[in-house]
Amino acid sequence: MLQSADLDAIRAIIARAKRWDMFFALLGILSLMVGVLTFTALFVDMAIQGVPRLDFEFFTSFPSRRAANAGILSAWVGTVLVMLVTALAAVPLGVAAGVYLEEYAPKNWITDIIEINISNLAGIPSIVYGLLALGLFVYYFGFGQSILSAGLTLALLILPVIIVATREAIRAIPQSIHEGSYACGATTWQTVSDHILPYSSAGILTGVIIGMARAIGETAPIITIGALTFIAFLPPAPFAGDPPAGLFEWIFAPFTVMPIQMFNWTSRPEAAFTVNAAAAGFVLVFMTLAMNGLAIYVRYRLRKNIKW
Amino acid sequence: MQIPSGLEAGVEGDLLKAEVRDLDFYYGGFHALKHVTMPVHDRKVTALIGPSGCGKSTLLRCFNRMHDLYPGNRYAGGGIVLHPDNTNLLAQEVDPIEVRMRISMVFQKPNPFPKSIYENVAYSLRVRGMRNKNELDDRVEAALKGAALWNEVSNRLNELGANLSGGQQQRLCIARALASDPEIILFDEPTSALDPIATASIEELVTELKENVTILIVTHNMQQAARISDFTAYMYLGEMVEFGITDQIFIKPTKKATEDYITGRFG
Repeated sequence: MLQSADLDAIRAIIARAKRWDMFFALLGILSLMVGVLTFTALFVDMAIQGVPRLDFEFFTSFPSRRAANAGILSAWVGTVLVMLVTALAAVPLGVAAGVYLEEYAPKNWITDIIEINISNLAGIPSIVYGLLALGLFVYYFGFGQSILSAGLTLALLILPVIIVATREAIRAIPQSIHEGSYACGATTWQTVSDHILPYSSAGILTGVIIGMARAIGETAPIITIGALTFIAFLPPAPFAGDPPAGLFEWIFAPFTVMPIQMFNWTSRPEAAFTVNAAAAGFVLVFMTLAMNGLAIYVRYRLRKNIKW
Repeated sequence: MQIPSGLEAGVEGDLLKAEVRDLDFYYGGFHALKHVTMPVHDRKVTALIGPSGCGKSTLLRCFNRMHDLYPGNRYAGGGIVLHPDNTNLLAQEVDPIEVRMRISMVFQKPNPFPKSIYENVAYSLRVRGMRNKNELDDRVEAALKGAALWNEVSNRLNELGANLSGGQQQRLCIARALASDPEIILFDEPTSALDPIATASIEELVTELKENVTILIVTHNMQQAARISDFTAYMYLGEMVEFGITDQIFIKPTKKATEDYITGRFG
């Protein structure tokens, strides 16, 4: 028979245990707020300074010695083009490497060493990639201080992220689906192209975006390979100019990117340039958020038709 | 056709579809199948029973070389001979893909691909290079009818397979296994994730399917083995303890171990 005294004791124990619940929830909220509030404060401060500076001319003007006339045309075009090269180089290489490691590679010590090294690559400081690229792409391959060199450098930088994300996405596919495909008589390539890639594309995309978001803000390796800090012309558009440029001539053009433009402006003594830097920073954050937004939308569309 | 010694349980005149001969199999260092010998009769249902870990699923997955997908698995001796061409399915030079094209499989948990109902069934035809739309349509319809699913899904072939109920999903997987016109269909505990009504429909289907195809089924459920199989093999610790006509195994097993398992005294 349960005594009411026992019941009181049980309730006291529950109440005590629940205090820990409360404590941890508060601790969690606090930890979360450190990150969220810091970012919000920085972003709001930057927006207050920068947004009034944003107008159409800001996007269509080249940098200038006079802060009021300076714009980010060469920087945002440079960033978009470098990102394009980065994505075109890193996505096929990263996805193919990830698929190979998951589906084809024999499980032995060589594969193990490769796996460990891929994880380690993700932790190498980006300036080291910059030095490697300076020697390899800029001088040895003779690509020069170009969009191509920068794009390939950033591609190397985010390759480990894409490989790891691809492997995680593939591992999330249930073993039974995998076996189902082989049991139908599919080859490994048929299994990869008909099942593995379609079902893991949402996860792979997330990895690509995380990688690209990191690459878009990178400054050190780009400076190392010799991006210009002041540039008042655009890369040649395909088939434009006289004599007409080739389809891919722009990849060998000199360039600058958003973070370098910002860095350049913040190091000027005039206050007006700091405002420019804030405005450019706002645009850069907006570009990153837009990329993330697009990824979330595409991921949602892809996942809608995938149910196990 | 010669039936291995000690296993003359088949009805006289029965054709053999396959024979497991003195098969040894290892998972790494673990000896999972020990000198297993068993006939598989043509267009009959053969049930594999035994307690968990006895090797019945392992034996089943030898038939379509599923073990080849994972490193460390080793066929260590003996083989599985498929009739009438006397091909040893486990021979090194036999391509596992060729084996899987002849012998299809239905898994424990329904595993439709996250594709449409139509594409799920058509997949086993597409890997065989079939591209003609009319031919695909006909074969998909025939397979879905064969799996007793056509009436329920004929007007929604483009919906996701995952939207079906569990029992329907399993019949979809049977249609997928059936579409390619296999010689043997392997069932690995096909009803263990299903409710009793869905289980009954799958059992009925298996009984109908044996008109045209040889069936090998692993089951945990002894009543199920008794209901649907013509032959039963009892395995224990990787060994074939007893093989015989189902009625004989369940009514008058020759081995004490089989009797203990069947009567529930053990396992």
